[in-house]
Amino acid sequence: MDIAKLTIEGIRAGLKAKQFTAREVCEAALGFAGAENPKTNAYLLLSAERARAAADAVDAKLARGEDAGALAGVPVAVKDVIVTKGVRTTCGSRMLENFVPPYDATAVQRLEAAGGVIIGKANCDEFAMGSSNENSAYGPVRNPVDLERVPGGSSGGSAAVVAQGTAVVSLGSDTGGSIRQPASFCGVVGVTPTYGRVSRYGLVAFASSLDHIGPFGRNVKDAATLLEVIAGRDEMDATSAFAPVPRYGEAMTGDVRGMKIGLPKEYFAGLASETGDLIMRGVEALKKLGCEVREVSLPATEWAISCYYIICTAEASSNLARYDGVKYTMRSADAKTLADMYRNTRGDGFGAECKRRIMLGTYVLSHGYYDAYYLKAQRVRSLISQDFQKAFGEVDALITPVSPFPAFKLGEKLDDPLAMYLSDIYTITGDLAGIPCMSVPCGATAAGLPVGMQILTNHFQEGPMFRLAEAFERAGGVAGA
Amino acid sequence: MKITEEQVRYVADLANLRLTPDEVSRMARDMESILGHIDKLNELDTTGVPAMAQVLFDAEETATLRADAEKATLPNETALQNAPQPGGGFFKVPKVIER
Repeated sequence: MDIAKLTIEGIRAGLKAKQFTAREVCEAALGFAGAENPKTNAYLLLSAERARAAADAVDAKLARGEDAGALAGVPVAVKDVIVTKGVRTTCGSRMLENFVPPYDATAVQRLEAAGGVIIGKANCDEFAMGSSNENSAYGPVRNPVDLERVPGGSSGGSAAVVAQGTAVVSLGSDTGGSIRQPASFCGVVGVTPTYGRVSRYGLVAFASSLDHIGPFGRNVKDAATLLEVIAGRDEMDATSAFAPVPRYGEAMTGDVRGMKIGLPKEYFAGLASETGDLIMRGVEALKKLGCEVREVSLPATEWAISCYYIICTAEASSNLARYDGVKYTMRSADAKTLADMYRNTRGDGFGAECKRRIMLGTYVLSHGYYDAYYLKAQRVRSLISQDFQKAFGEVDALITPVSPFPAFKLGEKLDDPLAMYLSDIYTITGDLAGIPCMSVPCGATAAGLPVGMQILTNHFQEGPMFRLAEAFERAGGVAGA
Repeated sequence: MKITEEQVRYVADLANLRLTPDEVSRMARDMESILGHIDKLNELDTTGVPAMAQVLFDAEETATLRADAEKATLPNETALQNAPQPGGGFFKVPKVIER
């Protein structure tokens, strides 16, 4: 068993043939994760006890001849903004350093019910705010492809553990690109499903109208399998969708002949770079598979960054108001009055990026500015959403880059928050419109840094999105051009 | 657009956020550059465009209602397990009313 290369299908076959037990896979993953972690800091903790119990339960079911589930014995990592009962969940923040949740997120319940083995909690930017994983209070994650570089963010740990092979799949969260961008930086598959496709119950809220839980995998099928397990209506999240969950495996036929692909011209303007060249080679490979490619226009793209950073900071400032020193473990010791207790606790507990977003959000919602910023941004959000609806009247899927550049060096962009925000340009529009989108590996630069191709489809069209991604992967990615 | 340190302190007060003097000056700089970019939105005419607060899908009006059935809630002790200062089954805070 080569733990770093295992797939969900490989584990299922190996368990069936009695080549190994779920407990053996679990021990191998825990051992490998423990050995790799000093290099990457991708795990904040390993949940060995819980993992062993889950693996033993799978082995017991198999011994009785029962179906152990779609994820039987599969080592999974969970981003530390997703709560796990009895297992510390910090959100990468000092504020929650000792927080032990009293319940499991719905996605966590479902993946364990399907036989998944949670081996640890993945590091991330504080409260999922960041594009480099450098905003974690517990130190940055290093990219397993190149340890001098960032893994992307905010789900940097979730991407890194799948890339290094210490987990087979993982859960991340995406508000403005936090799954797709680290997937592209680390060379793995990352999926942001339709808004509401996966319950947000137990996902610590950042910007509720934009937050998604989604999967990472080393191939499209593994990510799709994890999504299928966690997706579907949940009465604990009123915004979770009623639409039935399809069998995504059936969509992955390898046949994409006649599929209509749109290239939004606004996403390629000025993209004269290795990244742009690789995406165009990816598009050539799709043409060879029989896709019809045409240019489309999403004119409101120009306003997307401004729109996003108004809405997400406004929602964040409201959501983060709950960390006030009363309920969640941390309280500054030096306060005499209630007001000082709030202020000091929040001043001590939040890192620089959280403070920046709380301040921006409070500003745009404050008296006299609400109409000019928040209401304006909501109108622009309509325009962005309408652009996509119009495009999907003409084409089945859109292809774009995920990030303007590959993984950058640690510290390179830390002093310029605006530059960091601007790098989210290709990923935030999908979240604003609530459509499914994913990053699929699309070759590497001359320096060996992975590049991701983004595929976007209309609401609940994850099936066609996976068909396209899997056909591309099957044809060898850019090598198929 | 100019953001003064006084404005920063006013907004920090609204947000119940203590900032050090260094943080205040850094915040004024950062907010000025970010809001300067965001202000571009005002060049766009959005007259008549509806505001979009949420991604919504068609469903029956009462679809999100569940049956009115009794369900176990978190026990008091569990709900308080993360409290910095629990006491007598409550969250304790500094005194707000003088006797």
